Amino acid sequence: MKHTIKELEDIASQIRRDIVRMVHGCQSGHPGGSLGCADFFTALYFEVLNHKKDFSMDGIGEDLFFLSNGHISPVWYSTLAHAGYFDKSELATFRKLDSRLQGHPTTHEHLPGIRVASGSLGQGMSVAIGAALTKRLNNDNSYVFTLHGDGELQEGQNWEAAMFAPFHELDRLICSVDYNGQQIDGPTKKVLALDSLQAKFEAFGWHVINTDGNDMQSIVEGLHYAKTLTGKGKPILNLMSTQMGAGVDYMMGSHKWHGTAPNDEQLATALAQLPETLGDY
Amino acid sequence: MKKYTYTEKKDTRSGFGAGLHEAGKKNDNVVALCADLVGSLKMDAFIKDFPERFTQVGIAEANMIGIAAGMTIGGKIPFTGTFANFSTGRVYDQIRQSVAYSNKNVKICASHAGLTLGEDGATHQILEDIGLMKMLPGMVVINPCDYNQTKAATMAIAEYEGPVYLRFGRPVIPVFTDPDQKFEIGKAWMVNEGTDVTIIATGHMVWKAIEAGEKLAELGIDAEIINIHTIKPLDDEAILKSVKKTGCVVTCEEHNKFGGLGESVARLLTTELPTPQEFVATNDTFGESGTPDQLMSKYGLDAVNIVEAVQKVMGRKK
Repeated sequence: MKHTIKELEDIASQIRRDIVRMVHGCQSGHPGGSLGCADFFTALYFEVLNHKKDFSMDGIGEDLFFLSNGHISPVWYSTLAHAGYFDKSELATFRKLDSRLQGHPTTHEHLPGIRVASGSLGQGMSVAIGAALTKRLNNDNSYVFTLHGDGELQEGQNWEAAMFAPFHELDRLICSVDYNGQQIDGPTKKVLALDSLQAKFEAFGWHVINTDGNDMQSIVEGLHYAKTLTGKGKPILNLMSTQMGAGVDYMMGSHKWHGTAPNDEQLATALAQLPETLGDY
Repeated sequence: MKKYTYTEKKDTRSGFGAGLHEAGKKNDNVVALCADLVGSLKMDAFIKDFPERFTQVGIAEANMIGIAAGMTIGGKIPFTGTFANFSTGRVYDQIRQSVAYSNKNVKICASHAGLTLGEDGATHQILEDIGLMKMLPGMVVINPCDYNQTKAATMAIAEYEGPVYLRFGRPVIPVFTDPDQKFEIGKAWMVNEGTDVTIIATGHMVWKAIEAGEKLAELGIDAEIINIHTIKPLDDEAILKSVKKTGCVVTCEEHNKFGGLGESVARLLTTELPTPQEFVATNDTFGESGTPDQLMSKYGLDAVNIVEAVQKVMGRKK
């Protein structure tokens, strides 16, 4: 371990503070999913991912990460800033005119850490597969990680990709699903039920693991374990149960905070629950 | 009228296949992907020599475009191959977000474009693809006119950094361009110098424009014929120079006149040099089953239609 669990939890707390402040600052954005995935991003970037500080688009010899559900950009931007990709003061520009921190992540403004645009859902797994194929051609044994929303799996392209990856034995591909059971119009169970994602992915030929995405120990161990599963010819799916809005009591467990910004009073309530550990931007 | 002859007829898709093979020999980073249409896209030679650099994606075009975008990360130059319909309309959002907006070095190679796909009918005969692709910021759009030009274009786009849409077709047509030509993206080719009218043609319509030029010469009309193989970026300079001389223009394309080459030319002329223009193109319609020749005739894409359009536009000259 590069960090203790407590240290990682402290980083996640700062990232959560950044998320609510960023979304409050422009009065738009997606706090719910961002908060729910703060622990995953912390574990990935500060513990699991073998990545270089100097960003290069090609990412030769380093692990890559692709965010498919691009609307949770606040958590990624804050993570990238604290991981050293750019100065954290830039977080204040989120969703504002002339910012590199667009509402949804893009390569267009050349923000270090981003390798493809996402936002229109369902495309990230295919892109990650392509990057993994190129790593194989380049004899580069690094890993390719992704994150997907659970509601996002209603997009058909995911299942084209899910069929392809096991057939081509891409066992250095580690995809995680933010399994919070919520989407814009309500619980996924009511909108379009996903039923057993484990059974679906296993039927497609994936090795499925289950983690608690809001338990730092569980997510760190899960991602480390996922890396040990290579060599068996199966891509790995990390089915990660999370709470939308995790860390802010009034946002937790409801789709209502998928894409709504807190007002001044709500911001103060949220920040009181999230200790400032690394210094606000 | 400059004399053009040919000794053989070939399909432009075979020009793509040959060009892809050459590009693959020249650059190890060239990779190819196909969505279950290897034979139709003439990718066999590439696959035979570079099996490890070919990916069969199956009937999953959206996945193919995403994979191609991802393969650029790490330095590969992916060429995707399927029919034009499935290369564009079916995967528009994947191209828009993962390729164009992300500025990925993907070459979207599209066969069986237009009416000349023939008997399969309108589901497969896309007449809107040039419009769809040229609207994407940063996308280069190329529609070569014969086997040799398609081969040269395929090799040229491998050396160009950025997203490209390369459109070609199914039928065998005359091979009349130089086999050793150097293909310059965005540079018009002067097919015939003339003074009375400018005929601007792309793709399969270039040979028909040559046939029309010969008929027009018999009628005493001296037509300038320009091949625009690169619809975007358009060779503004070549078009304006010609139109200044002739004072009228006919555009010819195997595509809907809504959104095609003709509209690009009209946009240029409206802002720079307002000029009478006629369109030889399909008119807001789907195609249907039939032989390629029957369809080109029924939908008004023959040499005779170009001749009629020239006569009409010359009557509108000031």
